[in-house]
Amino acid sequence: MSRVWHVQPCWDDANKPFTLATQNLTPSRLKAMDRSPNLLDQALGLHDGESTRSARVVLIEDCVETSAAFVLHHLIKRSLSPLSSAAVIFVAFSQPFSHYDRILRKMGCNLVALRDNKRFTFLDMLTLECPGENQPAFLCSLSDEDAGKICKGGVLELYGKIQKSVEVSLLPGGSRSITILIDDIFLMEVAAKGSSSHVLDFLHYCRTLTTEFGCSLVVLNHEDIYSSVERPTLILQMEYIAEVIIKAEPLATGFARDVHGQLTVINKGNSDRLSLQNKMCSFHFRVRGNSVEYFYPGSRT
Amino acid sequence: MAELIRRALRDGALDGEHAPALTIKDSIDSPFGPHVFNHVLAQLSANILAGKSQSQGIVLVASSWSPSFYFDMLKSREKDVASFQKWFRVLDCYTDPLGWKERLMECGSITNQSPKASNAVRVCKDVRNLDNLFSSILQLGKELVGQGKGRFSVVIDSATEMIRHASISSLAALLSNIRSHDQVSCAFWLLHSDLHEIRVTSVLEYMSSMVASIEPMTRSASGQRGNYENLSLLERNSKTGKFHVRLKRRNGRVRLMSEDFCIEQSGIKFTPRSGDGETISQSLVPKVQFNLQLSEKERIERAKVVLPFEHQGIGKPIEIYDGRQSLNENIENSSTAEKLPTSQDPGKGEIIYFRDSDDEMPDSDEDPDDDLDI
Repeated sequence: MSRVWHVQPCWDDANKPFTLATQNLTPSRLKAMDRSPNLLDQALGLHDGESTRSARVVLIEDCVETSAAFVLHHLIKRSLSPLSSAAVIFVAFSQPFSHYDRILRKMGCNLVALRDNKRFTFLDMLTLECPGENQPAFLCSLSDEDAGKICKGGVLELYGKIQKSVEVSLLPGGSRSITILIDDIFLMEVAAKGSSSHVLDFLHYCRTLTTEFGCSLVVLNHEDIYSSVERPTLILQMEYIAEVIIKAEPLATGFARDVHGQLTVINKGNSDRLSLQNKMCSFHFRVRGNSVEYFYPGSRT
Repeated sequence: MAELIRRALRDGALDGEHAPALTIKDSIDSPFGPHVFNHVLAQLSANILAGKSQSQGIVLVASSWSPSFYFDMLKSREKDVASFQKWFRVLDCYTDPLGWKERLMECGSITNQSPKASNAVRVCKDVRNLDNLFSSILQLGKELVGQGKGRFSVVIDSATEMIRHASISSLAALLSNIRSHDQVSCAFWLLHSDLHEIRVTSVLEYMSSMVASIEPMTRSASGQRGNYENLSLLERNSKTGKFHVRLKRRNGRVRLMSEDFCIEQSGIKFTPRSGDGETISQSLVPKVQFNLQLSEKERIERAKVVLPFEHQGIGKPIEIYDGRQSLNENIENSSTAEKLPTSQDPGKGEIIYFRDSDDEMPDSDEDPDDDLDI
């Protein structure tokens, strides 16, 4: 018997995307959609109605053959569920806002409306080249020390923006769950002119937000970029600090039409580390147009 | 050997000698360094609270985890939390190690979110200056033990983080100053060895009187992580591992010991080493719904069974019974192969063959039912 879990899209009868604001969904249907279980949510320990687990550092690793962008989209949709009041701060080095808006609309999530409601904050870092104060980004003409200072100024400024967004997004009483997503760390390293030290400093400070504000931090990085490096310090350091690691890899048997890859989720335990036992699971996935199917190997007929 | 480490840290430094120092090193294949670190910290704390150790307090340099994490961790293990102020100090290198938050607050970009000021925590805003760091450590230690002959322990939760911000020579100087200080009883730190060059790890190991290495229980042959075929190995390595300890004595003798450890809900448990063969064979057994393994009793019984025509080679010439001798001769002749010279153990298995008749040829191809007239 096959067990296939679907992430249900929101479509009307004309098969057209719609905005969440105009969607005439009953509360029970909304609840059923958002509570539809899938293996990824179960692996992450997300219970019914729970958007994200607070105060965790989640690392998503993928490679050229198997992109894990769908995991990022799923976590955004989960965090911005209409059943919760959680907020998302998205730091984009990879794609413009329109890209994510188009994808999330197909998944039934209106980022424009949520941005207007202050639940979704989009920090466009596509043009970031570690700017200083009115400085052009021609760092090759500067000394290494000066270039480093400018880079550090850029990541410092970015961190300030993120903490400010967190403070603004917090509801009175600080009860709102906030997720910070970064897409992706490799491009941030490029923007920092290859300075992994600045990137690690930035990640450390973002991690302090999980302690001070109870935020979750989700970062995406590409494992195969560092595979030829003798000592891949950046990605190893990220694996050390992450409490959950989600790895997307191609199948060991090669390309398949019906199975696009496998996800391995390593859950190191609670953020307070009082629960010390690791939990691991692995399953296959297939990315459809507006949903993703997760299933155990061999369970599909 | 976890117990050995506990005793060494508890007993502290001898007069005129440097304080004992422990390096705990792990790698991403077995990232249980923090678990071992917390275990050692909790044990040292228990000894201090019980008044059994030379050290009267702990100064913790927190870089990887927040001070609140350590307070919560110790509270979960110790009942007497009210006495924290008397024996525990934290130099907070986690919250604002580079002074970014201070600068952003000064220009109004963010608001001050610092936790309530605590006498037990001092924030460090520049971890690159190891001289100031050392001064802060000494000040916090003297708050605990005063100016007299009392001693305190120094614990660094991440030497890796410190090396990121300072050179290895600066860190080596800091650790050397700590070890040689009159009021330091013992010191230990955690290092992620795969994040550094070998020489960096070697420097820290040379400065340590004890080195505890954490390794995975089973290494993947292909080196690929996350592969489904290696999931069982990953699962095993996610809960268990090997714990190697190297102790350097004052006379120069080095003692090496190994243990296994297991991560349980209640904490980390150390056990004597199991055989490698058993470890490997267990890891290769597929997970099925029926039992493919033998119990110890079944293994012993199987070893006792003597196979027919098996050459025992005990030193004496063995005659293999070919079925041409009569039964009475078999009983009288105790040197036949089927009745091998063995112990009188009733539990020992043996195979006894009784030939039907003297005329029966061994290994005959004739069907004994051929003469039936059906």
